[in-house]
Amino acid sequence: MRVAGIDIGSRTIELVVLNERGIVLSKRADSGFDPTAGVKKLLEEVDYDRIMATGYGRHLFELSFVAPTVTEIKAYAMGAQAMFRGVRTILDIGGQDSKAIAVNGVGKVTKFEMNDRCAAGTGKFLEIMASSLGYSLDDFGREALKAEKELQISSMCTVFAESEVTSLLAKGENRREIAMGLHHSVVRRAAGMLRRVLVEGPVVFAGGVARNACMRHLLEEALEKEITVPEDPQMVGAYGAALLAAGQG
Amino acid sequence: MNEQYEKMWEELGLDITAHDGLLKVLGKFYGDIYLTQDNRLKGMEYLDFVLSEVHGLRIKELQDAKAAGKKIIGTFCVFVPEELIWAVNGVAIGLCAGAEIGKEAAEKILPRSTCALIKSFVGFKLSRLCPYIECCDLVVGETTCDGKKKAYEIFEEYAPMYILGLPQMKGPSDRALFRNEVLKFKAKMEEISAQEITAEKLREAIQLINSRRRALQRLNELRKAVPTPISGRDALLINQISFYDDPVRFTAKINELCDELEKRVAQGKGIVEDGIPRLMTSGCPMAVPNWKLPYVVESSGAVIVGEESCIGTRNTRDLVDETGNSVEHMIEAIVDRYMRIDCACFTPNPERLEHIVEMAKDLKVDGVIHYALQFCHPYTIEAYKVEKVLETENIPVLRIETDYSMEDVEQLKTRVEAFVEIVK
Repeated sequence: MRVAGIDIGSRTIELVVLNERGIVLSKRADSGFDPTAGVKKLLEEVDYDRIMATGYGRHLFELSFVAPTVTEIKAYAMGAQAMFRGVRTILDIGGQDSKAIAVNGVGKVTKFEMNDRCAAGTGKFLEIMASSLGYSLDDFGREALKAEKELQISSMCTVFAESEVTSLLAKGENRREIAMGLHHSVVRRAAGMLRRVLVEGPVVFAGGVARNACMRHLLEEALEKEITVPEDPQMVGAYGAALLAAGQG
Repeated sequence: MNEQYEKMWEELGLDITAHDGLLKVLGKFYGDIYLTQDNRLKGMEYLDFVLSEVHGLRIKELQDAKAAGKKIIGTFCVFVPEELIWAVNGVAIGLCAGAEIGKEAAEKILPRSTCALIKSFVGFKLSRLCPYIECCDLVVGETTCDGKKKAYEIFEEYAPMYILGLPQMKGPSDRALFRNEVLKFKAKMEEISAQEITAEKLREAIQLINSRRRALQRLNELRKAVPTPISGRDALLINQISFYDDPVRFTAKINELCDELEKRVAQGKGIVEDGIPRLMTSGCPMAVPNWKLPYVVESSGAVIVGEESCIGTRNTRDLVDETGNSVEHMIEAIVDRYMRIDCACFTPNPERLEHIVEMAKDLKVDGVIHYALQFCHPYTIEAYKVEKVLETENIPVLRIETDYSMEDVEQLKTRVEAFVEIVK
């Protein structure tokens, strides 16, 4: 039997198909302005018996396809636990949400924290900050790591932080160091969320922001914990959803 | 239907165009949230009707009451001893403040970091959209939180205000303070109505309001049944309407509805399938038409079976003792009853924690959603203690901080659905 999981996020859509032996297919597309079209394209010629949707666009999926849905929180928890046996704490920072999730060791979510409505502390924040400093998203973390000192950025609000960045640049500050300061501010927030749930054992860091090396490094420092990042951190939700689809019926 | 009331609204000084817009939005919103429910109770038709006439027939009734010489007294808080209003043949109206209306106008006066409820009552007044407030001969504010206290000072420029002082603690000197405030309020009611509060009138008023509380207690008792016989949305609506409907008629109608519920419970029929997670909300009041969280919860595969809130059990839990035979005795009974209110504006407030745990157990809930309005310090801060005490009792809890806007609905859905997944 082939089971699929689809994670419709604010920035990207991921699809994972499993059979009894493991992952047989994994694909990604940008969410763009018409996520339903993105989903249809991603599913073209993909063969599966059952599918489960997760992510911000899960309810949109329900309208066009007959499929059960699950929250990203449960999907990420499921995916991360299948990848790393015994994990208790998961951090997922995606395009517009950040979540700290505690699991009980046998697959169940026990507690979670999630950012509220604004983009503070999410991938979107980093994306906008990277562009205001003239970095590509891939270079942003790498360059920040080369900073020789840390500048304090106090605004978490994307709009205010942008003006803070502008005024630091006007003062002649080095952009790498500003970049480092911005990463620090996101990490402080994420670490705070994690401490509100539970930090036990290594922390699995997933979602698009986990691809940022500076974030990983600073989180390790802040939590004094080993940070484990899956090979493809953005696929954890879709993988978890596929596993949950397998468990259905 | 609106035409028949238009003259009345004009006379009340409402902004007719904006008001029409408001009623349209409200009607649509109500239709989407309420009228789409399956398996609804026959008795809810009355509530649908009352809500559809919220700015119509009920306002007409208030105008008629005014013409007959009755005083209309608006209130914002369950601490106002409404018995004293009814005892002078007045009409007490709980003003709602549950919609994001006139926010821009309110923000000209108030800081942006003011809670949605305060912004709403100021916004309604400034944008001339609330016929209730325009009917009021007096609006009673109270010294609960700092936000309200300071906002009332400004509100005084727009509406005839009276401020009821509340203590912050619950010792003997605090009771003495509140007792004095109740006596002052009694004198104010006697003055405004030119009537004396006699033992007979006060007894009748106490019985009137106790009967309404008993009907709501009966409703809450029936919600303990598994599966629960009524949706949380409907129960919230009943509590909301209790603040402005005629108490005699309302009590009779709710008792009829409870008869219907009793039959349902006896047949083991519920509003949802067995096994659907039962949740209760705890925290800030949800005033008309704030149905946002109950709607999100009940569209996420759970049902709400209790509201630990001012628009909920905080307003109905305690009755005023009815055995007093003199005005003095009855005043003492009123003071005792109101001093038992476990509002987060008191410090310390251990009774609230006890009540939450007791309710959660009685209602057999699978989890509690702590609901607080953003910038409401009493409840957002007390949430920490609520969470701790529920964790000790092994009752899952989700903390929500939100306001009246719809921009965070998707995030709320994710949180609530994830919480439902946890408690399932």
